[in-house]
Amino acid sequence: MTEPTLLKTPLHGLHVELGAKMVPFAGYDMPVQYPAGVKAEHLHTRAKAGLFDVSHMGQVKLTGADAARDLERLVPGDLDGLAIGQMRYSMFTNDKGGILDDLMVCRIEDGLMVVVNAACKDADIAHMRAHLSSEITVLEDRALIALQGPGAEAALSALAPAAATLSFMTGAEMDVDGAACFVTRSGYTGEDGYEISVPADQADALARKLLAQNDVEAIGLGARDSLRLEAGLCLYGHDIDETTTPVEAALTWSIGKRRREEGGFPGAEIILDQIKSGAPRKRVGILPDGRAPAREGTEIQAPDGTSIGTITSGGFGPSLEAPLAMGYVTTEHAAAGSAVNVVVRGKALPAKTAKMPFVPNGYKR
Amino acid sequence: MSERRFTEDHEWIDLDGEIGTVGITDFAQEQLGEVVFVEVPDVGKTVAKGDETAVVESVKAASELYAPVTGEVVEANAALADTPDLVNSDPEGAAWFYKIKISDKAEFDALMDADAYKAHAEA
Repeated sequence: MTEPTLLKTPLHGLHVELGAKMVPFAGYDMPVQYPAGVKAEHLHTRAKAGLFDVSHMGQVKLTGADAARDLERLVPGDLDGLAIGQMRYSMFTNDKGGILDDLMVCRIEDGLMVVVNAACKDADIAHMRAHLSSEITVLEDRALIALQGPGAEAALSALAPAAATLSFMTGAEMDVDGAACFVTRSGYTGEDGYEISVPADQADALARKLLAQNDVEAIGLGARDSLRLEAGLCLYGHDIDETTTPVEAALTWSIGKRRREEGGFPGAEIILDQIKSGAPRKRVGILPDGRAPAREGTEIQAPDGTSIGTITSGGFGPSLEAPLAMGYVTTEHAAAGSAVNVVVRGKALPAKTAKMPFVPNGYKR
Repeated sequence: MSERRFTEDHEWIDLDGEIGTVGITDFAQEQLGEVVFVEVPDVGKTVAKGDETAVVESVKAASELYAPVTGEVVEANAALADTPDLVNSDPEGAAWFYKIKISDKAEFDALMDADAYKAHAEA
């Protein structure tokens, strides 16, 4: 048996040069941290600006006059209601109302730009090809760079003045220091920032230009995870999967009014019934009272010791300076502030359910 | 004069008379990253070699410390509860985890010395 060869993003050489610790992630050799370390990288992103290589994610273009309506057959988000340049978070659902993957969709003049998770991209692409009539183009020759944090606007505007005019959850094609990019004002950290789709052969030069800006540092997957957890954002395969519905996952906000009325997406019957009548369990934030982190897989109990759910993501929040988690609990324990216990190494430790995000968002609306 | 030995799990133990002081190595803290939580054993607890006796959690993951020798916990480092980052700044000094009264010196003698540990950590 030989190890499967890990794929490399166009920024791989840069990561190695910067001294990153590389780990296998979704089939790619990715930087989990740089010499600064997870905590410093996390705090730097919240204070200034962090550059993340997210080129492993799937970038797909759907072309066709009806692309928005077409993709609505697979997702519950209102895509037809998007103006050109507007974007939305949605998810592919299955017939049981479970989530196959989550995705970002931006409407463009001749269709949609879609970004999906690295681990799911092959399945997502096959799923779209099987069910949609739009032309589906996988943008394999493009890297994706996220620039996140309060300093992101100044850093990117220096190379692309038009970036400053984008508001949160909008996107546009623009020239970034000579490269023809597609830029959205979005991200996965809870901060203001951008995701920049750039031709692969210009990605390294662009990343270096951005890193040369004031206050921009390279940030690894470790800090990306703690940042998104503090922001209350779901990680596919952990906080959401084929067994969790959007309603259970507290993502009902992403299902527009028209879609609730019309249905027409996989699992609509179950999901719409849960919107109306409630779901048996709900994803909530969890704040342990003490210092011990409660990690993925930790049992959640009611104060009387009854098992009521499981932690799906948990760790320590460098900005919160405290442990934090998210997980599913039965609905009667889901109200923010409910007392629960988390069972860490056999000990039931007191905790409370909490509103998310755990730290305030920095979005520029 | 104390003598230091190491385990394959990257712990060190200093033996002074019959009292061993246990911590994790600089190599271990480097691998763990920023330590955010430490749980030390209760004083008076009896542990067998290989038992889980303490926990160290970094921003990345939780790791158990296994007792390098059999014995009774006679002191625990209370400072680590409030300043877990001591484990990063002074892993082989101020950030000792607990002291253990050892039952069988032969267990200590069988552990790696500094040269053997260095070779192990670099392997």
